[in-house]
Amino acid sequence: MSVHEIEVTINGKKYKEQVESRLLLSDFLRETCGLTGTHVGCEHGVCGACTIHLNGSAVRSCLIFAVQADGQEITTVEGLGEDGQLTPLQKNFIECHGLQCGFCTPGILMSATDYLQKNPNPSVQEIKEMLSGHLCRCTGYVGIIEAIQKTVEENSNHVRVER
Amino acid sequence: MKPVKFDYYSPKTVDEALTLLEEAGFDGKIIAGGQSLVPIMNMRLSSPECLIDINQLHDLQFIEFDSDKVKIGALTRQAEVERSDVVQKHLGLLSEAVPFIGHVQTRNRGTFGGSLVHADPTAEIPLSLMALGGTLHIASKEEVREVNVEDFFITYLTTDIMPNEMLTEIHIPIEQERNGYSFYEISRRHGDFALVASACQLTIDHLDRITNVRLVLGGVEATPLLIEGANEWMNGEVLSDSLLQKVEDIVDEMVDPESDIHATAEYRRHLSKKLAVRTVKSAYERARGEANERS
Ligand SMILES: Cc1cc2nc3c(=O)[nH]c(=O)nc-3n(C[C@@H](O)[C@H](O)[C@H](O)COP(=O)(O)OP(=O)(O)OC[C@H]3O[C@@H](n4cnc5c(N)ncnc54)[C@H](O)[C@@H]3O)c2cc1C
Ligand code: FES
Ligand code: FES
Repeated sequence: MSVHEIEVTINGKKYKEQVESRLLLSDFLRETCGLTGTHVGCEHGVCGACTIHLNGSAVRSCLIFAVQADGQEITTVEGLGEDGQLTPLQKNFIECHGLQCGFCTPGILMSATDYLQKNPNPSVQEIKEMLSGHLCRCTGYVGIIEAIQKTVEENSNHVRVER
Repeated sequence: MKPVKFDYYSPKTVDEALTLLEEAGFDGKIIAGGQSLVPIMNMRLSSPECLIDINQLHDLQFIEFDSDKVKIGALTRQAEVERSDVVQKHLGLLSEAVPFIGHVQTRNRGTFGGSLVHADPTAEIPLSLMALGGTLHIASKEEVREVNVEDFFITYLTTDIMPNEMLTEIHIPIEQERNGYSFYEISRRHGDFALVASACQLTIDHLDRITNVRLVLGGVEATPLLIEGANEWMNGEVLSDSLLQKVEDIVDEMVDPESDIHATAEYRRHLSKKLAVRTVKSAYERARGEANERS
């Protein structure tokens, strides 16, 4: 069988589509679903531009076939904010100059969002290691690291205030 | 679309997967994390006619403590191994080695078993397993057989697994005596494949004399290189400068690395010697309890 019907939940919405088995999830998101926020650079797992959440974990969508996502839950950069509002991390990318051309940004946002959920208080070294899975040819990474650090600080202040 | 056309199956049980493998014969290929297979399919360096996806075989996704060993299911994600308390407590070498594999995002998907079957000569998991020792459970329609890790790797990207077989689980013995471990690698950038990597697991007696040592180098041959015979000249010895010099000399004799665009053979030889010494030294110090905490 090389054509399959799949049902995938993307950003909370159900998509039912026919896909060829060799269709990459990245191409499915962009071309079949029109969700072009997920970018495609190298298509062999190195650049990180295509990173999405599959069942809550940041993974490369260029290394998964769309058919493998049948019955799974996906979040793309379009699904990060709610009601047209950016997340604090997204706002900090703007404030700290965490992006220039923006090609790498969706992937990095997806990775950093997942990472901060699992590691709420990372060191700069740990942030850098997480970012090693992403190529940015514009910023030199400094602004990106600052945006992530700022989010970490705000989150911990927030926790303190709540206590 | 990048890869060539293929048929796709997503079996729900191990039995179903094995039947599909048997039927597909040489045309079939298992896909686990896809972190090595999909890149080469996208580049059309590989064009399997039939892909058997084992991601729904949740029975193969576990880490289990069992008195004198730890069992790890082939489909366990590398990130799960990295975060596992059982692994941290009993197989410290793996906890230290796994974070060197690719990136957080590839470890979230890549599997423990997939790395072993892919058998890249610099890969961290094959190297660590060789130092820890253990058995691989390999299933086909007919039988389940057990293979010692020493007999598993045949050559570059080639293992003892046949096209109709599947790796199901890996059993790794837990060291009962005073022991220490260490893993080092040098790569061009964090997350890149290692130029050379070194893993060591050793045990010592109450007088700090070495009782067993397994030193393994990666990136210097087609398969992880276990420095055989090391026990003969290291057992009964306390660590000394002359012993470390001997480690360096023996490694120099045993390795025969190749040059490529990443590093010259000469540089790899240099790294092999220095990393071997460094791993033996820090494994020994750990065993003596001088460095219980990871730095
Ligand atoms: C950017 C990037 C960087 C990387 N860096 C490193 C690195 O530094 N070190 C490293 O070791 N790896 C690295 N890798 C590869 C690693 O991520 C892979 O996860 C691993 O090599 C293969 O595991 P997998 O589960 O992804 O297997 P797959 O890609 O799905 O499969 C690999 C091979 O194993 C076979 N296979 C898989 N599971 C089984 C099974 N249970 N039984 C029988 N056959 C099976 C498949 O048929 C295939 O031939 C990197 C990958 C990427 C994309
Ligand atoms: S496009 Fe997927 S990692 Fe580069
Ligand atoms: S902002 Fe241009 S590549 Fe990162």
